[in-house]
Amino acid sequence: MRNLLSALLVFCGCAAAADNVAIAIRNAKIVTVSGSVINKGTVVVRNGLIQDVGESVTIPGDAVVIDGEGLTVYPGLVDALSTWGMPGPAATGGTAARGGGRGAAAPGTTQTPAAAAPAAPPARGPEDRPSTTSWIKAADEIQTSDKRIESARSAGFTTAAVWPTRGFFAGQGSLIDLLTGEKAGEMVLVPSLGQYISLTRAGGGGGGMGGGFPSALMGAIAYVRQIYLDADHYQMVKAAYEKNPRGMQRPEYDRALEGVIESKRILLPANRWVEIDRMIHFAAELKQPAIYYGLREGFEDRSVKYLKDANATVLVSLKWPEKARDQDPEAEDPYRQMVLREKAPTTPAVLKKNGIKFALYSDGIDAPRDLQRAIKKAIDNGLSREDALRALTLSPAEIYGVQDRLGSIEKGKIANLVVTKGEIFDDRTKIEFVLVDGNKYIPAPEAAPAGRGGGGAATTPNSGVKK
Amino acid sequence: MKHAFLAGLIALVPLSAEVTVIQNATIMSEGAKGTFKGTIVVENGKITAVGDNVMVPAGATVIDAAGQYVIPGIIDCHSHIAVDGGVNEGSVSVSSMVNIRDVINPEDIAIYRALAGGVTSANILHGSANAIGGQTLVLKMRWGQDAEGMIFQGATPGIKFALGENPKRAGNPQGGRGAAATNARYPATRMGVEDVIREAFNEAKQYKAEWDAYDAQVAKGEHPLPPRKDLKLEPLKEVLEGKRFVHAHCYRSDEILMLIRVADDYGFKIKTFQHVLEGYMVAKEIAAHGAGGSTFSDWWAYKMEAIDAIPYNAAVMTKKGVVSSLNSDDAELMRRLNTEAAKAMKYGGLTREEALALVTINPAKQLGVDNKVGSIEVGKDADIVIYDKDPLSNYAKVQKVWIDGNKYFDRDSDVSGRPLKELEKKKLTDKEKAAMPAPNGRRPQ
Repeated sequence: MRNLLSALLVFCGCAAAADNVAIAIRNAKIVTVSGSVINKGTVVVRNGLIQDVGESVTIPGDAVVIDGEGLTVYPGLVDALSTWGMPGPAATGGTAARGGGRGAAAPGTTQTPAAAAPAAPPARGPEDRPSTTSWIKAADEIQTSDKRIESARSAGFTTAAVWPTRGFFAGQGSLIDLLTGEKAGEMVLVPSLGQYISLTRAGGGGGGMGGGFPSALMGAIAYVRQIYLDADHYQMVKAAYEKNPRGMQRPEYDRALEGVIESKRILLPANRWVEIDRMIHFAAELKQPAIYYGLREGFEDRSVKYLKDANATVLVSLKWPEKARDQDPEAEDPYRQMVLREKAPTTPAVLKKNGIKFALYSDGIDAPRDLQRAIKKAIDNGLSREDALRALTLSPAEIYGVQDRLGSIEKGKIANLVVTKGEIFDDRTKIEFVLVDGNKYIPAPEAAPAGRGGGGAATTPNSGVKK
Repeated sequence: MKHAFLAGLIALVPLSAEVTVIQNATIMSEGAKGTFKGTIVVENGKITAVGDNVMVPAGATVIDAAGQYVIPGIIDCHSHIAVDGGVNEGSVSVSSMVNIRDVINPEDIAIYRALAGGVTSANILHGSANAIGGQTLVLKMRWGQDAEGMIFQGATPGIKFALGENPKRAGNPQGGRGAAATNARYPATRMGVEDVIREAFNEAKQYKAEWDAYDAQVAKGEHPLPPRKDLKLEPLKEVLEGKRFVHAHCYRSDEILMLIRVADDYGFKIKTFQHVLEGYMVAKEIAAHGAGGSTFSDWWAYKMEAIDAIPYNAAVMTKKGVVSSLNSDDAELMRRLNTEAAKAMKYGGLTREEALALVTINPAKQLGVDNKVGSIEVGKDADIVIYDKDPLSNYAKVQKVWIDGNKYFDRDSDVSGRPLKELEKKKLTDKEKAAMPAPNGRRPQ
């Protein structure tokens, strides 16, 4: 199995080497997203970029021509908040580690995979930088062998904003292309998208008893607040020292603050309308550009009002609340919970209607069939197909400021495409192939029942660009 | 943007510009008049007239409360409702960096239930796991508002202290002495609790000195580097400056005296002793310090330090000159503080007015809001409760509750609205049932 895998890796490397050869998909329906739909047109791809697109495009003589009759070409889908390619829980060492703030010892960093480091003493306060790995970048953590990369591609995803997600300051997200078997560096579009903040302890542990500071939500909020106060002060003192070091004690290096300072935006968790309100106030107080993630109650009138007033940008989780599996059929849920299940999937449609900038994200859903179902549910609850597509292509590109290179089918943009037979997001639609940076991948037929863990649908990289 | 936000807020608030008049009610309140039959006029959220002979302004909404009783909204000096994500930051012995304000949950149903029990304001406290706990604040039970809209503007913010068993136990599952060294949280004894508070104020004094020096330099036109802002010490600095009230959880007389000594040593005041079950033993000392006592009517013996209690506590403290109140510390008890107050008439022989004061004007004094709420007097916020019977009776039910002149609870509309809510729920239940896969074909493996 291992051998087979490495064989495939080598194979892929070859495929990528054939970059300078063009691919032309002709006579296909092209959904550009940025412009109008081209009912019968051609896309030409070369060197990983879209060389040309339109109704009448000259196909270069050396191009491999694919007849697109009956096929539709879409921009590759983008997962706006993902952990695809990120190491699993066991592989992140430093979660319980002290963050290396003042006076703190700095045990294992996150680079030590599967480090079952001895339990660090519980944090006694913000100065111990609990559950903080603000300095790590997702781009440096990519596990190229992660099966979910192939699996996501089979659902039409070519790009993902991947984030370290464990810890109060979990680290910096990166935008990556979902290539298989490449060097991790080749996958990276943007190394740092900002800082992922969560308000729960890494690994779920915590509680008041011996878990260390902070144990309650208010502790987590106080911690985040103190970090930003410290970051301001740190910068001030550092600048003063740079200006005139003589006679001044040198400020102590603090990697937790360095990581926070170099992050240009923050991701804040907000599901309930109360949390949306709370986090909008919090971001304003911290004076940080923020993106709010979760948004289960984004459909609420109040949520809409707060988001509009704050001119906020949000990422909506595709993991819709569902009735607990194996629940006693006689057991009655609270009304509130039932309303949430009913209304949560209307959130994207409501946000769209109110002009709130949003994108969708996978939130732990890996299997292609489940992803498709989740997106379809938003469509069934009032989001138009066009808007669903946009929320998975150009919108996330805009949110992360890369709309000049990604998110639509335009000349000069990155050649990330999905080619389908039938309308994307339909149950019966078959994804023929995807192009990621111009590399062609054909989804393997899906294993019968969509398996848990996302391994079910492997894509076999074919010979890539045929010579 | 700020304007849009304000406009939005205003839109959510029921209009209070109109004039409301409550007539023919039996009005029970602190003040010269005591209990009397009369009229209350509410305008722009404030009480503008009270008396037995009051002119009714033209165009007012008149409520005939004949046979009914009106009291000022009940104030609970010790509550933990409407808090998200835990009331204790129990990981450290000094958790003053955390603030209840950050985690207000305005959709906690306990708010509505408190309203239905006549409560209009409550002091929302951090838990008692730490010698010095988190920052606290006073909310009005404005059900339906967002977090910001719940806050009692103008009330002095507080901080929770805790003495005795809780702070010396919390965080030490095996008990302080036996815990593994890495997980043990100091302190494990009452001596240690005192030490933690003293150490924190030593730090706070030094911190305050640094900031005072900085402020002085800035005032002279210099540009020094500011000290690091420390969220743990900021609120303690405010305590030293008298800008933040200390609400101290305590039971035993010895620890009450200890805290008074500590406060005297560091030059700050304890605003209230909370629970204070042995307050009757040291009422004179509490009064001399200028602190209030917020206690239970007849709730004790749930642990050793809460053994030596008597139901006369509130009455004895009152008679010895301590501003006393009765609190709930509990979402359920919160709904019937009126009868808690009534118990002080039986145990201790307080008058009706004195008993009622234990849950109205006295807690208002303890929270520094007695100029705004706590009695039915001209100029105060229109926080008003109508009962169908004598509020000091077990049989009394709250009929209507106003806060700032806006009606937030109405028993009639609550009762009449229930069938509709049931129907809505049934619709969803039926829909979910219909969507469920047929049971056959699904068998346990």
